[in-house]
Amino acid sequence: MASSESLLPVSSQQDPLSGSRCDSIPESRRRRPIKVHLAIYSGFLLIALYVTLVITHGGSAPKNDVNDDTTVESRARLAGVSEKSNDHIWNLSNDLKGEAFAWNNTVLSWQRTAFHFQPEKNWMNDPNGPLFYKGWYHFFYQYNPNAAVWGDIVWGHAVSKDLIHWLYLPFAMVPDQWYDANGVWTGSATFLDDGSIVMLYTGSTDKFVQVQNLAYPEDPKDPLLLKWTKFSGNPVLVPPPGIGAKDFRDPTTAWKTSDGKWRIIIGSKINRTGISLIYDTTDFKTYEKHETLLHQVPNTGMWECVDFYPVSKTKDKGLDTSVNGPDVKHIIKASMDDTRIDHYAIGTYYDSNATWVPDNPSIDVGISTGLRYDYGKFYASKTFYDQHKGRRILWGWIGESDSEAADVQKDWSSVQGIPRTVALDTKTGKNLVQWPVKEIESLRLRSKKFHMKVEPGTVVPVDVGPTAQLDIEAEFKIKKEDLEVVFADDSVEDDKEFSCETSGGATVRGALGPFGFSVLADQSLSEQTQVYFYVTKGKDSKLKTFFCTDTSRSTMANDVVKPVYGSFVPVLKGEKLTMRILVDHSIIEGFGQGGRTCITSRVYPTKAIYGATRLFLFNNANDAAITASFKVWQMNSAFIHPFSADDLGVPSST
Amino acid sequence: MKKMVVVMMIMMVMVMVSEASMIEQTCKETPDFNLCVSLLDSDPRGSSADTSGLALILVDKIKGLATKTLKEINSLYKKRPELKQALDECSRRYKTILKADVPEAIEAISKGVPKFGEDGVIDAGVEAAVCEGEFKGKSPLTSLTKSMQKVSNVTRAIVRMLL
Repeated sequence: MASSESLLPVSSQQDPLSGSRCDSIPESRRRRPIKVHLAIYSGFLLIALYVTLVITHGGSAPKNDVNDDTTVESRARLAGVSEKSNDHIWNLSNDLKGEAFAWNNTVLSWQRTAFHFQPEKNWMNDPNGPLFYKGWYHFFYQYNPNAAVWGDIVWGHAVSKDLIHWLYLPFAMVPDQWYDANGVWTGSATFLDDGSIVMLYTGSTDKFVQVQNLAYPEDPKDPLLLKWTKFSGNPVLVPPPGIGAKDFRDPTTAWKTSDGKWRIIIGSKINRTGISLIYDTTDFKTYEKHETLLHQVPNTGMWECVDFYPVSKTKDKGLDTSVNGPDVKHIIKASMDDTRIDHYAIGTYYDSNATWVPDNPSIDVGISTGLRYDYGKFYASKTFYDQHKGRRILWGWIGESDSEAADVQKDWSSVQGIPRTVALDTKTGKNLVQWPVKEIESLRLRSKKFHMKVEPGTVVPVDVGPTAQLDIEAEFKIKKEDLEVVFADDSVEDDKEFSCETSGGATVRGALGPFGFSVLADQSLSEQTQVYFYVTKGKDSKLKTFFCTDTSRSTMANDVVKPVYGSFVPVLKGEKLTMRILVDHSIIEGFGQGGRTCITSRVYPTKAIYGATRLFLFNNANDAAITASFKVWQMNSAFIHPFSADDLGVPSST
Repeated sequence: MKKMVVVMMIMMVMVMVSEASMIEQTCKETPDFNLCVSLLDSDPRGSSADTSGLALILVDKIKGLATKTLKEINSLYKKRPELKQALDECSRRYKTILKADVPEAIEAISKGVPKFGEDGVIDAGVEAAVCEGEFKGKSPLTSLTKSMQKVSNVTRAIVRMLL
């Protein structure tokens, strides 16, 4: 602490007239205390103010959102949207209604799927680096070797000749470098002009920074691509200025620019705006970052697992990621961290200035009312161009909807969706269509064909034997006379703003719906999952069709998330209503109108399992009879197993 | 001298007020402001933590509460042997919180993929609710399970700020 003498005001020392002769010193000393105390007081005040400013600024840099009114509001709004439309998120009122179910191994082991990809045990999440090479489809995936919850992530690996019969291989990459010590995270593959493969993936470094790393096959002659080499100069990309160290992940497959360079995008966020950063490279080792973004959408939060690819406007075949031209639209897709929904939008890509403009900005990427690949449980999806069959294939991670205690007890968590072809709907031009890869038909065993008329308020059993592994293709027609009556009758209410999610499910009856199938039902229908159409008569007297899945009665257990999922599905003039359903134990995938609207759900029945599962057709409409023509196949298991020497002789199907 | 002490105290109060308001600002955005503030204020790490750090402190509280509840469950086997079945289920549920939910949340929040942290934290509340439901209205653990649900809700709100 400085002595008060050193804080003497300058004037008392320098002013020759203030009486600074030796004999007047005692006087000035008596005056000093007041001035000195004032000086000390203001000094401390200034220090205090400075410290306050420093602390509130330093402490609040990452929490600007907390202090900012507008971002607080949008977070609340997003939370509100989440709670209503994404019931994979639990409600904040936690008291569970209904019966607790004591999960036992018999019930739990039934849940394992027969023909969806899942590892032998433990946790899986995002699909990584899917590709076709030297006769094999390769699939990599985020995997926890130690537990049935996320953590300790490595790259799992499997191969298949047909995207259905998978063979487990050893891990492709593990966290053995400082730049991925805390996780070998999601990435994508690119084929170079000479046919060689480069893999870009996110590493979580030993200091928890998210960086991008380069890896490539150790032996390109090995069709199984067992071993991978990490580039000695990793990381090739670190978070740029202005981007958070933990907001920089999931690099895309690269595409060629008209300059002959390779271009990738990486999702991120700035405050609450989801963004896509652009990097160009010639060698995948050094990159130029663009000053502009490929695209951004406010209030959508962090963009994970961004994907960018061309689709043909006229043909339903797939396109290599580098294709461009007048005949082509480009899709931007992102996984929204905030809501766990995969959104996409259709737009136009301008290579010369690296921009992309959506066809319809009101349903831009990430907007809650925008388009989704899937209206159920489906996240972190990724496409790749299958050069073997000229199609673009979509992989999606399907997590669990049950409690983690059940996952721990059954010792696994998550499956992958059946790979789907994805293409622009050339008839509407406004949405993608997806369809399970044709190879899945190789699992079809015996089938039965049905043609049934179902009166309003009727449930009809469909006798096909066991019903836990099914492929159903169905066509529905509403009785013409009933439709005409409904049209003419003004008292029949226009179903204003119908939404599957808030409709209350399949037991709520309307004039023209719901009608469809009850799958994974028990004989008394105490447990069932309905996959159905709901047709509404709009204000303009036009019909509007919705495709929904109601899991609210799928199980009597109460520690499971049981939403009603679904969305509007475009039905064009002259089209019949069609749906396809894949049932595989605890996963149901529904495809409405040829894959215009898709819904994946996870269900965990306690009674409708093993020999007790049944299939029903129902019509809960009030005013219309429906006719259903459908075929039901029993589905074989894919017998997914560890690769062995015997598997080298596996012939490719079709 | 007295004046100097007063000035110093004013300075300290100003510093303390600006620090406490960070916890308060964060807790305002959670469903239980008072619980949130009391949990964070009582922890020495709270005063200098960022949002991630606050979330991790609360995950630690979940861990402590789960440990305490398991001890209580274990002591109830002797006192209330007729509740064995329910206690077994509670034990399994609370062990999940400790072995799965908490490690998952810590790793996810530290590494910047908070959505997995949110999953773990939500599940802690679910497991507590399931345990409570096992007793069909006559639970000896109500205050502990209700606590877990409340802490889970508050923690979840803070983890969501990281998304």
